[in-house]
Amino acid sequence: MPNFLHSLASPARFQRIANAVLPWVSVLAAVLLGVGIVWGLVFSPPDYQQGDTVRVMYIHVPAAWMATFCYAVMALLSASFLIWKHQLADLAARAASPIGACFTAIALITGALWGKPTWGTWWVWDARLTSVLVLFFLYLGHMALSAAFDDRERGGRAAAILACVGAINLPIIKYSVEWWNTLHQGASVFRMDGPTIDNSMLWPLLLTVLGFNMLFVVLLLVRIKSELLARRIEVLQRARASGRG
Amino acid sequence: MEAVSTFLDMGGYAATVWPAYGVTAVILVGLLVASLRALSRRKAELAALESQMERPRR
Repeated sequence: MPNFLHSLASPARFQRIANAVLPWVSVLAAVLLGVGIVWGLVFSPPDYQQGDTVRVMYIHVPAAWMATFCYAVMALLSASFLIWKHQLADLAARAASPIGACFTAIALITGALWGKPTWGTWWVWDARLTSVLVLFFLYLGHMALSAAFDDRERGGRAAAILACVGAINLPIIKYSVEWWNTLHQGASVFRMDGPTIDNSMLWPLLLTVLGFNMLFVVLLLVRIKSELLARRIEVLQRARASGRG
Repeated sequence: MEAVSTFLDMGGYAATVWPAYGVTAVILVGLLVASLRALSRRKAELAALESQMERPRR
C-alpha cells in the first residue's frame, strides 16, 4: 500500500490517472445529480410533518456530509505532508480547502432556510450549528494560512498543522446531536439499527449524496492539476530570475 | 399549466425550497467555473513562460 501511494504521489503519474478518470467521473456526477435532484424535487413525497420543506434535505444532507468528509481528507493529506513531506499531498490539501468551504457554506445556508419554517428560526447557537460554523472558519483559516507566506513550504506547513489540529472538530460535529440538547435532529441514515427514513426519500438522497461525492472528485482533480501548474510556473519564474541575476 | 404552478408553489414553501436549490447551484457552478478557468489560465501562462525560456538558448 505505501508503495502504491508513493507511486501515486509522482506528479506525472497523477496527471495521467487524473486525465483518464476525469471524463468518466464528470459524466457520473452529472447523471447522479440530475436524476437525484429531479427525483427529490418532483417524484419523492412531501413529509407528513414538514411538507415540501423536506426537499431541502436532498442538498442539505449531502453538502453537510461532504463538508466533514472533505475536511477529513484534507487533514489526512496534511498529516502525510507533515510526516512524509509529500509535495503532492500539500497541493491536494490546498486544492481541497476551498471545495470544503463551499460545501460548508451550502450546508449552513440551506440549513438556515430549512430552519426558518420548521424550527421557527434561521439560526440557533447550539452545538451542531456552531461546530459547523467553526468548520467553515477552519477552512477559511486554512486557505488564508497556506497563501500567507512568501515561502510556499512554510505556508503549507502552517496550514497543515492547522488542518490536523482542527480535525478534533469532526467528532464534535458528528456527536454534537447526542452530547448536547439541540434543535437539530439526530442521525436517521447511518444508525446501528438501520435507516429510519422511508425508501421513497432514502433513494433520491443516496443519489444526490453519490453525486456530490463524484462532483467533489471532479473539483479536487481539476484543482490539483491547477496547483501543479502553479508550482511549475513558480519554479520556472524563479529559475529565470536567478538566471538573470 | 396548473401542475407547473402547483410544483413551483412547493406546497406553500417556495420561499424555502427554491432559494436553497438556487444558492447551491450558484455556489457549486461558480466553484467549478472558477476552477476550470484557473486551470486554463495557468496552462496558457506556463506555455508562454516555457516558450520565452527556450528562445534565448537558440
